[in-house]
Amino acid sequence: MVAREAAAVATPAEARAAGLDQEDLLLIYRHLLVTRGIEERGHILYRQGKIPGSFYTGRGNEAGAVGVGFAMGLDDVGCPIQRDMGVHIARGTEPWRIFAQYLGRVDGFARGRDGNVHMADFRLGLVAMVSHLPAMAPVAVGAALAFRLRNQPRVAVAWSGDGATSRGDWHEALNFAGVRQLPVVFVIDNNGFAYSTPNALEFPSGRLADRATGYGFEGVVVDGTDVLAVHREARRAIEKAREGGGPTLLEIVTLRMEGHAVHDDAFYVPKGLHEAWAKRDPIERYRAFLAEHVPGFAEERDDAIRLEVKQLLNEAVRRADESPLPDPATVLDGVYVDPAELDAPHHK
Amino acid sequence: MAVRTYLQAISDGLREEMRRDERVFVIGEDVGVYGGAFKVTQGFQSEFGPWRVLDSPLAETAIVGACTGASMMGMRPVAEMQFADFVSCAWDHLVTVAAKQHYRAGSPLPFVVRLPSGGGFSGGPFHSQNPESSFAHIPGLKIVCPSTPEDAKGLLVEAIRDPNPVLYFEHKHLYRRIKGEVPEGDWTIPFGEARVHRAGSDLTIVTWGAMVHTADEAAARAAERDGTSVEVLDLRTITPWDRTAVLSSVARTAKLLVLHEDTRTAGFGAEIAATVAEEAFELLDAPILRVAAPDTPVPFSPPLEKAFIPQVDDVLRAIDRLASY
Repeated sequence: MVAREAAAVATPAEARAAGLDQEDLLLIYRHLLVTRGIEERGHILYRQGKIPGSFYTGRGNEAGAVGVGFAMGLDDVGCPIQRDMGVHIARGTEPWRIFAQYLGRVDGFARGRDGNVHMADFRLGLVAMVSHLPAMAPVAVGAALAFRLRNQPRVAVAWSGDGATSRGDWHEALNFAGVRQLPVVFVIDNNGFAYSTPNALEFPSGRLADRATGYGFEGVVVDGTDVLAVHREARRAIEKAREGGGPTLLEIVTLRMEGHAVHDDAFYVPKGLHEAWAKRDPIERYRAFLAEHVPGFAEERDDAIRLEVKQLLNEAVRRADESPLPDPATVLDGVYVDPAELDAPHHK
Repeated sequence: MAVRTYLQAISDGLREEMRRDERVFVIGEDVGVYGGAFKVTQGFQSEFGPWRVLDSPLAETAIVGACTGASMMGMRPVAEMQFADFVSCAWDHLVTVAAKQHYRAGSPLPFVVRLPSGGGFSGGPFHSQNPESSFAHIPGLKIVCPSTPEDAKGLLVEAIRDPNPVLYFEHKHLYRRIKGEVPEGDWTIPFGEARVHRAGSDLTIVTWGAMVHTADEAAARAAERDGTSVEVLDLRTITPWDRTAVLSSVARTAKLLVLHEDTRTAGFGAEIAATVAEEAFELLDAPILRVAAPDTPVPFSPPLEKAFIPQVDDVLRAIDRLASY
């Protein structure tokens, strides 16, 4: 058995069949714009020297991230990675706190203790990534194990990139989840490159999703520029897991329209590929879909949403910039947990 | 009080916490049907079922990673490494994710990893190590090394209730050899409080784990031989460690020997020695000495292993050297 190739979503009727009404379609569009807008503004702030350290974007991966994030249930848990800003946005993360995170301020999710997209709002069921990908894959499996032990109808989602599938912990996570048929969905953002290393030097098999067979569950390949197809496949996989059907490996074939991080001009990407990617921009693709199928979108809704997003992000940057830098005297705080934190509401 | 072996005390503590708190579960290789390589969880699966006493695949990162994820969701996992040596396979996860998650992301991770450690029965390089010092360098982890049945139980229960990742090093050579009275009922031993295993006035030995018993035997022989009065201070926990107890003992004896079964260079004894040198230099009447394993892998053949693990005679020689000042 090899991975199933998911079909595109071509009409609103097909989107409706996957549970999306017209307002959902527009909300997804808004999430895509916020996702890209945050990273574009972050990039500017970085070039202005306001953001310490390095800066990563997920340009080209917005549809993959928003599609899966939008398919998750309220009580589900996810471990997104550095191309998955869209997951944070689809789950309801406040943009001003993301900018505060970039800027190393106390209102960032890491309170200045970690930077860039190493962040998550745990209250929204998201877990902050670490650099060592896919270190959070076994963590998602552990969350799924907790759900299974408690008979809770919740699902965990673990993201990795194509490069991280070469690591042992990725294998350990999928194997354990397959043995116990745990409620977890493994998502691969396959953008073709692990930093500079192309797929052909990373793995010998044709499709990463084919590996699911070896772990005893289904593999699905989906076009990461088709946000509605990603959403439909993620929803299927998540609901299957919720109903006791075990894990799914969802390979999202996506784009990396910029370098690994902003210092990287991606000179190693074959000539013409960036231009080809630009023609397949997932946001442009979705905008064309909405213009064709949603009455009044091209005439007014599009402009109204863009304006609203622009204002939201202006305000977010302003508010983040008001957030103070951390007090150096707090450097020792939080290495260990105050026992009282354990029964805090977010620790459910 | 019932007399229990060190191993029985560990089992008791774990079983009682599982009965008391349904969030506690056990995960590891062969912990279920088989009852664990050393039988610490024997009978657990029939009492608690196959999910709460969960036989994992042979995958240490998956085991410890699952503890991170499950504890993040409010469970209280207790993992067993079949041998402490195998924790090297989960080092990355413990150090990269578990140790740092609260500091950087604010997520409490209340889980315990049990680590059957130590040598003394030809386990060779991969079934005999005491890797506590390497983890002591990692902020965010707590490290426990009990030496008696009472401490084994009280510190395990404390570890399970602690809201941080705790590495619980249980010394294999103590499992069935060491017996002692263990109080019944619900009680714990707080971390960071050393215990005076043997009171004395001429010099202080600071140690932990199986070496507490080696130190005690050396101290008994020194007393019998020439009346040298040796204090044996059992640290019980490495992170946090009881600086106050060490410094106050040294203030009385003015001489310090640090003893550990782990290898010497950058072992935790070096940290203790440096701290005492910084804080109590003027109180010392002799150089701080260390007795530790040499900087080699743990050898297999009995005469080599005996040459590796600190012996009572090695401790006596150090006592004599300190006594000469």
